[in-house]
Amino acid sequence: MEAPLIQFNAVARVYGQGEAEVRALDGVSLTIAAGEFVAIMGPSGSGKSTAMNIIGCLDRPTSGEYLFQGVPVQGLTADQRALLRRHALGFVFQGFNLLARSTALENVELPLIYKGMSRAQRGPIAMAALAKVGLGGREHHDPSQLSGGQQQRVAIARALAGSPQLILADEPTGNLDSQRSHEIMLLLQGLNRNEGMTIVMVTHEEDIAAYAGRKMVFTDGHLSEDKRQVARSSEGAA
Amino acid sequence: MIWETITLAFVAIIRNKLRSFLTVLGVVIGVAAVIAMVTIGQGSSAQVSASVESLGTNVLSVRPGRFRMGPPTGGGGAQAARFAIKDAEAIALLPAVAFAAPIVTTSQTVVAGNANSATTVYGTTAAYLQVQNWPIALGRNFSDGEIAGGAASCLLGQTVAEEVFGGSDPVGAAVRIKTLSCQVIGVLADRGAGSFGQDQDDLILMPIKTVQRRLAGNTDVDSISIALRKSASSADGIDQVSALLRERRRIAIGEEDNFSVTDMAEISSVLTGINSVLTGLLSSVAAVSLLVGGIGIMNIMLVSVTERTREIGIRLAVGASAGQVLMQFLVEAVVLSLLGGVLGIAVGLGLAFVGSIFMSIPFAPSPAIVALAFCFSALVGVVFGYFPARRAALLDPIEALRYQ
Ligand SMILES: Nc1ncnc2c1ncn2[C@@H]1O[C@H](COP(=O)(O)OP(=O)(O)O)[C@@H](O)[C@H]1O
Ligand SMILES: [Mg+2]
Repeated sequence: MEAPLIQFNAVARVYGQGEAEVRALDGVSLTIAAGEFVAIMGPSGSGKSTAMNIIGCLDRPTSGEYLFQGVPVQGLTADQRALLRRHALGFVFQGFNLLARSTALENVELPLIYKGMSRAQRGPIAMAALAKVGLGGREHHDPSQLSGGQQQRVAIARALAGSPQLILADEPTGNLDSQRSHEIMLLLQGLNRNEGMTIVMVTHEEDIAAYAGRKMVFTDGHLSEDKRQVARSSEGAA
Repeated sequence: MIWETITLAFVAIIRNKLRSFLTVLGVVIGVAAVIAMVTIGQGSSAQVSASVESLGTNVLSVRPGRFRMGPPTGGGGAQAARFAIKDAEAIALLPAVAFAAPIVTTSQTVVAGNANSATTVYGTTAAYLQVQNWPIALGRNFSDGEIAGGAASCLLGQTVAEEVFGGSDPVGAAVRIKTLSCQVIGVLADRGAGSFGQDQDDLILMPIKTVQRRLAGNTDVDSISIALRKSASSADGIDQVSALLRERRRIAIGEEDNFSVTDMAEISSVLTGINSVLTGLLSSVAAVSLLVGGIGIMNIMLVSVTERTREIGIRLAVGASAGQVLMQFLVEAVVLSLLGGVLGIAVGLGLAFVGSIFMSIPFAPSPAIVALAFCFSALVGVVFGYFPARRAALLDPIEALRYQ
């Protein structure tokens, strides 16, 4: 049997020591297979971002085991984790996190530069990614010339340009109005359904989580709920 | 990848043009100082060799005391017996010697009409111009009668002629020095700057007896300039002159000379030596300013790393390794300091060029020094850029992404 894409075995992440100790994750075990679209919910401070950082190899568990495609991440060096991010992962942040004073195209090319592609190789791939998120023709705009929804589309194009196995989105619609939020969700859902891309997304809103095929709820560093659901497939359906 | 990194560095530097310029100013000044110093130093060394060569390698200089181009040692330069005109006449008769000119010098003010000029008066003989290989531009050299009789006639250097007579022809006119009224019989050809940039044309020549009687009030001779025959070697000349002078000054066998005979090779090497000491000193001052420049770069790179914390976080998130981030900031520091270096080289060569015109020495840029300055400024970038770059590379990606 093929190893699951993501596997947590009793993962804990502890900040601070003694009195000031915070158990952001406290023995979480979960499995996510390739091709899934998972929404993570839970109150603020429940450990959602901590879990995302560990899945994204930006952070490591204090104890427990995290396997990515069967590979134990806690055993990897910093450089090996950078390689994993470069080749297998794409990030979408609540605050977009685009490079200012760089065009949309340059932002999308960024991960490709670190993949060692030449300018000639990167150009068409980045253009195609921008077209896929509906920003064809906006390649040479700066983030400051784009609306919030458009900036988040650039960020999604950047995440998918490197053809990763997994896209991690931490509150991707947190800074957007409801109309833009639903457009972004349809975009992510399309990537999941049509390209088979695995997506793990954190959100506070039920109607956003409804686009995912599986919902996990975190409470106080524990996984308190994990259930599959029928994904909502258009703006009007819910 | 390396091209992307270099392009990125240029973009970052151009984005903050003024700040980048102020940052590299220290390096610019340091490199410019080194380049200007060394270029001018080498130019004046070349000048020394050239002027020594123009004197001819077969020229000797004789002085009382054991003078060695430095402070007088035992035997005391000032106390040792002076020469007399007769000594020069005797030297002139030696087989190795072509010409010998006794010289006495005194600083005086020359007056003609209401113009005057402070200058050095050389009392000598007609042979002086032959020893110096110095042509006359206007008029004539001293006659034997004028020299023997101590006549009140003189030859002017170009500088004195211009200062006292302006553009007009001074030949036949009179100049006054103290109470001595003296007829101008000629003007020397233009000679330009000497080994230390001093003006060689700022002088007046007179028969030596005239200077001794009317200006100095004694019969001393300061030194004797000697031109050897083409066939004679410098060593032969020194031997013959020394032997003659030991005899004339009654120095017993085993006793040390109370005079010194120097040839131009020796003078040349001493002058070049002084030159390189000066160049070395000034260059070390310049090196300190390079160090300060490097610290300036380090400071600004640290600021830049802090300002760009979020950018670093983004790069780490999309898959940059710590090494790549380190490289990015290191390359930026090196490009910055290299720009400073190139600017400094340009400014330094410019300064040296202007300086060489003012000091009338050859402009002698050295490719080796330019290459060295270039490499050194790259080194400054690496050394002072490393610490900020390491700080950037060690940032925690999560913290960096959260940074406001
Ligand atoms: N770097 C940190 N240092 C100390 N405590 C932290 C740090 N990051 C997160 N925490 C704590 O861990 C807990 C979980 O945080 P987080 O995963 O960000 O929650 P959320 O579910 O809101 O994303 C919170 O109590 C938070 O204060
Ligand atoms: Mg969070």
